[in-house]
Amino acid sequence: MRRTFVILALLTFGLLTYALYEGLVAAPTEQTMGEVQRIFYYHVPSAITAFTLFLINFAVSIVYLARRSPRADALAVSTAEVGVVFCTVVLVTGPLWARPVWGIWWTWDARLTSTLLLWLIYVSYLILRRYSTSGQTPVIAAVLAVFGFLDVPFVYLANRLFRTQHPQPVYFGGPGSGADPRMTYALLMNMAAFFAFAALVVWLRFRLERARQDFEETQALESLIQPDVRSPR
Amino acid sequence: MKFLYAAYAATWVIHITYLTVLSRRFRRLRDEMQEFRKK
Repeated sequence: MRRTFVILALLTFGLLTYALYEGLVAAPTEQTMGEVQRIFYYHVPSAITAFTLFLINFAVSIVYLARRSPRADALAVSTAEVGVVFCTVVLVTGPLWARPVWGIWWTWDARLTSTLLLWLIYVSYLILRRYSTSGQTPVIAAVLAVFGFLDVPFVYLANRLFRTQHPQPVYFGGPGSGADPRMTYALLMNMAAFFAFAALVVWLRFRLERARQDFEETQALESLIQPDVRSPR
Repeated sequence: MKFLYAAYAATWVIHITYLTVLSRRFRRLRDEMQEFRKK
C-alpha cells in the first residue's frame, strides 16, 4: 500500500512538473492578455477539480443517507475538504488574473458570486462536521452536501445564462469558442496533473478519516467494557 | 509577469499548507492512539 502510494506520488510529481512546463513555457502566449493569461492553466483545472470533488461528495452523501456507510461518510468529508482547497485556489488565482486584465480584483457578477457562495457552503459543511457534537452530524452534513451541490451547476452555467464580467466559456460556448490546439493540450495536461494530485490527497485524507472512525469505535467499545475506568464519573 | 508568478506560487502555498495541516492531524491521531493504548 505504502509502496503503491510512493510510486503514484512520484508519477504525479512528474506529471505536475511536465504540466507546469506546458503551461508556463510550451503553450503559446495569448495575443490580447499576454503572459498573464497563463494563469488559465491553473485556474480552470482547479475549478474543474473542485467541481468533480463536490460531485463525488454529492454522490457519496446520497449513498450515506441510504446506507449509513462509514466509508461513504469518510469519502464525503475527504472530498469536501480537498474540494474546498481547490476552490480556494480558484478564488485566489481569479483575482490575480482579474487585476491586470480587468483593472479590478473582484466584481459581484453571477459567476464570481456563485463561486464564493459555493466555497462558503462547503466551508460551512466542514465547520458543521468539525464542531457539531450531535450524533446526527454525518446525516445533517450529508443533507447539506446534497442541497449545497445545487450551486455547482449554477456556477458552471452562470456565464452562459447571465451577462458577466467573467469571460464567456472558452470551450463548449457555442460558435467561435475554442482555443489553439497547443493551449488545449497544456490545459488537458494540467487537468490530468491536478486530478492525479487531488486523487492522492483525497486518498490520504480518506485514510486519516477511516483511522479516526476506527479509533473512536475502539474508544466507545472500551468504555462499554470498562465503564468504571473509561467513562467520567 | 508578477501576477502570473504570484498565482502559481499562491496555488502551491495553499496546497503545501493543506498537506502540512494533514500531516499534523495524522501525527496527532497517532499520538492519541498511543496514549490510549498506554492506559
